Amino acid sequence: MTSDSLLRAFSLLLKRDLTLAMRHRAEMINPLLFFVLVTSLFPLGIGADPKLLQAVGPGVIWVAALLAALLSLEGIFRSDFEDGTLEQFLLSSHPVSVLVIAKVLAHWLITGLPLLVISPLLGVLLGLPADAILILLVTLALGTPVLSLIGAVGVALTVGLRKGGMILSLLVLPLYVPLLIFAASAVDTAAAGLPVTAHLSLISALLVLSLSLSPLATAAALRISLS
Amino acid sequence: MFNNFFHKMASPKYFYRISGILIPWLAAGSALLFLAGLYYGLVKAPPDYQQGDSYRIMFIHVPAAWMSMFIYMVMAGAGAIGLIWRIKLAEIMAISSATIGAWFTFLALVTGSIWGKPMWGTWWVWDARLTSELILLFLYLGVIALYNAIDDKRTAARAVAILALVGVVNIPIIHYSVEWWNTLHQGPTVTKFDKPSIHLSMLIPLLQMAVAFKLYYAFVVLMRARCEVLERERNTGWVRELAEKT
Repeated sequence: MTSDSLLRAFSLLLKRDLTLAMRHRAEMINPLLFFVLVTSLFPLGIGADPKLLQAVGPGVIWVAALLAALLSLEGIFRSDFEDGTLEQFLLSSHPVSVLVIAKVLAHWLITGLPLLVISPLLGVLLGLPADAILILLVTLALGTPVLSLIGAVGVALTVGLRKGGMILSLLVLPLYVPLLIFAASAVDTAAAGLPVTAHLSLISALLVLSLSLSPLATAAALRISLS
Repeated sequence: MFNNFFHKMASPKYFYRISGILIPWLAAGSALLFLAGLYYGLVKAPPDYQQGDSYRIMFIHVPAAWMSMFIYMVMAGAGAIGLIWRIKLAEIMAISSATIGAWFTFLALVTGSIWGKPMWGTWWVWDARLTSELILLFLYLGVIALYNAIDDKRTAARAVAILALVGVVNIPIIHYSVEWWNTLHQGPTVTKFDKPSIHLSMLIPLLQMAVAFKLYYAFVVLMRARCEVLERERNTGWVRELAEKT
């Protein structure tokens, strides 16, 4: 087994997932709509005072992104589990953790990237200053892959359960706390006109850590769920 | 010989017998230390010059908070052993610890907020250590929920072990993220080894209580593990024999 064929398996898997997503566009758009909807509910709930909105804006957008990611997480493995593809992955001669990275990357491209594209609009709606919107974009670019990576572990653990959704949120949301804290406070700090390098370094560290560890945990969890 | 001991301990039958002998001793030790710790803590120790008598809740609060962390580590450690060497008993210990750990965490939170009312003037503040304790409680609840959701208990135990390990990697991250986010809690006063800023008359009951909690955990976890062992091994010869004897 050469690294060449592994690369091929990786890109084929990625292409397959992206093609599947393009054929079911509604599944792609729903989390995005959810993201926009939840964010726009907040001004209705807490009042449209621009100062207030600006203060809660970063947190609101990030919490909404977290929930939107949670909503779409099950899609990573659910259909593959139901039609038996997942078992084929485990039987293949390639390391499962690499295949997991391909699946997670596809999931991020399908659900994380659109959030990124639409988030400046939400930033404007909540009256964030331009600098803060830029940092919001950076934190989302670094942070949404973390959401998918950590989420993949949770999904792998719950994929065999009939009512995994509720448990999934219980497993995954506490693990999202550090990311939420660093990302929201980065945007807050940027809005106050202060440097945010420290926050961004920490979020990048989270990304590197979850990129290196979570595929291993996901692979182990998949083996258990399918045993 | 050492190896042999571990092999024996890993066998459910042997474990059942040894734990049966240990439990009364652990329970008695725990009860004695509880009495001593409560007496010295509530009666003998002087009131604090700032906090008056309210500080005395720390004799419950601090050991409970220590236990909440300690049990999570035990759970993850036992889970890892179960995953790597496929030792059933380690899996059982891990899952038997989860509920106890969750209750200790809950106890730490409740006593903390009872203390917080007169001291900070409010039941709950979004202080760093309170928040990370709350998240620890959520991690425990996630572990318990996952275990209950999976029907096959061996699969469940292994899934829980992975979750506990993921949690262990995250606990320090969560802890520091929350710490940098907000802090109001008083700094640690016991772990400063060179010169603890807590007086000996308060430190001794605190340590007595801490050991009492540890023994209490040991005996409860053994009792829970025994039940679990019996349930899982109900079709084996030795459990049948045991059932017929009684």
